[in-house]
Amino acid sequence: MTQAARQIEASTELLSFRVGGQDYSVDIMSVREIRGSARATSLPYSPPYVRGVINLRGTVLPVVDLAARLGLDTGADSERNVIIVVDLGKRAVGLMVDAVSDILAIPDSELQPPPDMVADDTRTFVSALTIVEGRMIRVLDLNAVLPPQGEEAA
Amino acid sequence: MSDPMEEIRASFFIECEELLESLQDGLQAMADGDDDAETINVVFRAVHSIKGGAGAFGLDDLVRFAHRFETAMDEVRAGRLQPDADALKLFFVSADLLADLVRSARDGTDAPDDVISDVLAGLDALGGAAPAEPEDDFEFQPMALSFDFADPAPAAPAGFAITFTPSDALYASGNEPLYLLRELGESTVRCNTGALPDLPDIDPERAFISWDITLHTAESENTLREVFEFVDGLCTLDIQPLHAPLSDILPPPPADMPALPAPIEADRPEPPAATPDTPRNPAEPRSDTAQANPTVRVDLARIDRLVNLVGELVINQAMLSQSVVEAGLPPNSAVVTGLEEFMQLTRDIQESVMMIRAQPIKSLFQRMARIVREGSAAVNKDVRFVTEGENTEVDKTVIERLADPLTHMLRNAVDHGLESTEKRIAAGKPARGVVTLRALHRSGRILIEISDDGGGINRARVRQIATDKGLIPADAQLSDSDIDNLLFLPGFSTASEVSNLSGRGVGMDVVRSAIQALGGRITISSTPGEGTTFAISLPLTLAVLDGMVIRVAGETLIVPLSAVLETLSLTDKDLRALGPQTHVLQIRGGFVPLLDLGAELGYRQPKQSYVGGIVLLIGQDDGQRAALVVDAIEDQRQVVIKGLEASYGRVPGIAAATILGDGQIALILDPVDLVKNASGRTRIPSTPISLAG
Repeated sequence: MTQAARQIEASTELLSFRVGGQDYSVDIMSVREIRGSARATSLPYSPPYVRGVINLRGTVLPVVDLAARLGLDTGADSERNVIIVVDLGKRAVGLMVDAVSDILAIPDSELQPPPDMVADDTRTFVSALTIVEGRMIRVLDLNAVLPPQGEEAA
Repeated sequence: MSDPMEEIRASFFIECEELLESLQDGLQAMADGDDDAETINVVFRAVHSIKGGAGAFGLDDLVRFAHRFETAMDEVRAGRLQPDADALKLFFVSADLLADLVRSARDGTDAPDDVISDVLAGLDALGGAAPAEPEDDFEFQPMALSFDFADPAPAAPAGFAITFTPSDALYASGNEPLYLLRELGESTVRCNTGALPDLPDIDPERAFISWDITLHTAESENTLREVFEFVDGLCTLDIQPLHAPLSDILPPPPADMPALPAPIEADRPEPPAATPDTPRNPAEPRSDTAQANPTVRVDLARIDRLVNLVGELVINQAMLSQSVVEAGLPPNSAVVTGLEEFMQLTRDIQESVMMIRAQPIKSLFQRMARIVREGSAAVNKDVRFVTEGENTEVDKTVIERLADPLTHMLRNAVDHGLESTEKRIAAGKPARGVVTLRALHRSGRILIEISDDGGGINRARVRQIATDKGLIPADAQLSDSDIDNLLFLPGFSTASEVSNLSGRGVGMDVVRSAIQALGGRITISSTPGEGTTFAISLPLTLAVLDGMVIRVAGETLIVPLSAVLETLSLTDKDLRALGPQTHVLQIRGGFVPLLDLGAELGYRQPKQSYVGGIVLLIGQDDGQRAALVVDAIEDQRQVVIKGLEASYGRVPGIAAATILGDGQIALILDPVDLVKNASGRTRIPSTPISLAG
């Protein structure tokens, strides 16, 4: 494909990051900001993957440990953890990840639906797959990350 | 909102709401036996003003109805009609309908025609041979004719022309002409400066000025002379009765000589005394205007923005205090004292801002009066509705969100709470049932009580229904209050048949969740044969709270101060083991369940020993108590409430979150919810059991 054709074709900009040793990405339009990790106040009766809440300039932001949510190896907490603040329509949530990697423009034709794999529930969280420089990047389905609103965590 | 006509229209409807409110007030006063002419006038004027405004906007339906209503009220005003209970009932219904018509005119919806014609027929019957029909066509023409005008006009008062010439001695003895002139009341004062010499020749110790006063008054000449009694002999006073025709009296004096009503002192030759700071003269005939406080209508969004900003200010100030403490400045340094003043100011600002949002709960109570009236008519019960504490101020948002739950509960009180008239008479009670709605402030919260003097909760039946519906096992051991609380279970309805008033499947569970969403709680108390009371306890404001900062298991939490009855430190003899996993606290002869806050919130396992621990005694609205074990009490401060529900969802035992001085988020406990769902586990049993959850 020539350079010119590439530009005409519709593409999606993705923010890619590493979590639990894997490459994931989210649509950059839903990213509100990226910030360093902060000590979260833990919420009682919350699912293990909910780290707690942090103060984001006066608002209360729930933070999800994405590795734990995806069932990946969480590893040790380090100062290098990064929180990606994403918009989920009416509310925002912070995703705790290992590191932010890159911003990628991926033509829509190169985004493939993930194959059905019964063995794990990763399928629920991944809306598409793509390959960049030989690495497989998973596109995260943000709506699956938090439990549905109003659901009591008890 | 650029259309100016739209804006005028909108403000007309806002005014209508206020008029409808005073209409309700007036009718209620009349129903309570107040037959004062002014009360009746207020009612009449409210209807009249709505009619006038409606005429200007061409709202014909509204005008037609208001006119007939007004005609009937006019009969009352003129004393030709003595309103009895039935007439008053009709007036109340008419006021409700008027409110409906106003709202349907505003929203462009249709009004219920059939009801209107019934009511109109009733009103016409009251008005006797009221010549309603022929007048109908041109009725809103005379709307500009304010009847207030008619009051002063008929008795055109006589007046006096006064010439007042003070002598030097008057000033020398410390008298002040201005006070005298003011005491005369409304008058036209003309200053005579003819005797005034040229500026270089003025002797400041002498008097040169006299005044001509034209005064319209019904008072006698003697009364006028009394005003000048104290300066008798110190001035020349000439009082002549005024014989001018009415046309001369009404307009102000001609413009050839400027009338100088106020700036008299400017012409005074003698050294001016300090600006006369006259107290308001009680003789001035201006008592009615002084009463009403001027008000401003402000968009609620602006107030909300202000409330949020003040919230941020409070957090910011807390952060500042913390850094001052960390900087280790001496407590008497200028920064620390300045900061203390700043804290005081912040608190004052916050309270003032909160007060803007607070409104008397009256408007809500009036809406509820209508619910009860309509409800009692629908089930054919004679009900007296009593409201107390209408001026209790409550946050506007709370008022708005209380309307639905209160409506539901009042319908219940009328429909299920009160017995039928026959049953009441058989039970030796007055035939007329009483439903009371009461609002009051109690220990930093607002308490709203809905009580009826009906038969009370039929606990045997409640239990039977709950068992039949499978809500509880048939052999459940339940206390009276447990049974009462079954009413709050989803899908519970005790009415044996569905009446057209309540019992549509929406139950008290909806009411309770609505109250809980406001940070409130609801409790029932009921005495068989005497009635049932529902008590709703609400926070004063949804934005700030006085809290106790505590630490438990390494986490900082806030406990609402209003919930903490006392704090104590545990000793060996206070603590009693109850079951294998639970403790009670013995306090002044009573036993209170002991709860480990850390364990209840899942932060840690129950401790081995609680001796020496700190305990918060938590009081609940129903008088139950519980003891919460915490690790430390750190501080007591005002915190800004940040909702968790919008960003995360409801967390059991947690009411909201707040931001502390160091920028960290702390959770605000909901002690009552926590205690209700508590496991009470304060001991690790010797046999290992699963501790999950």
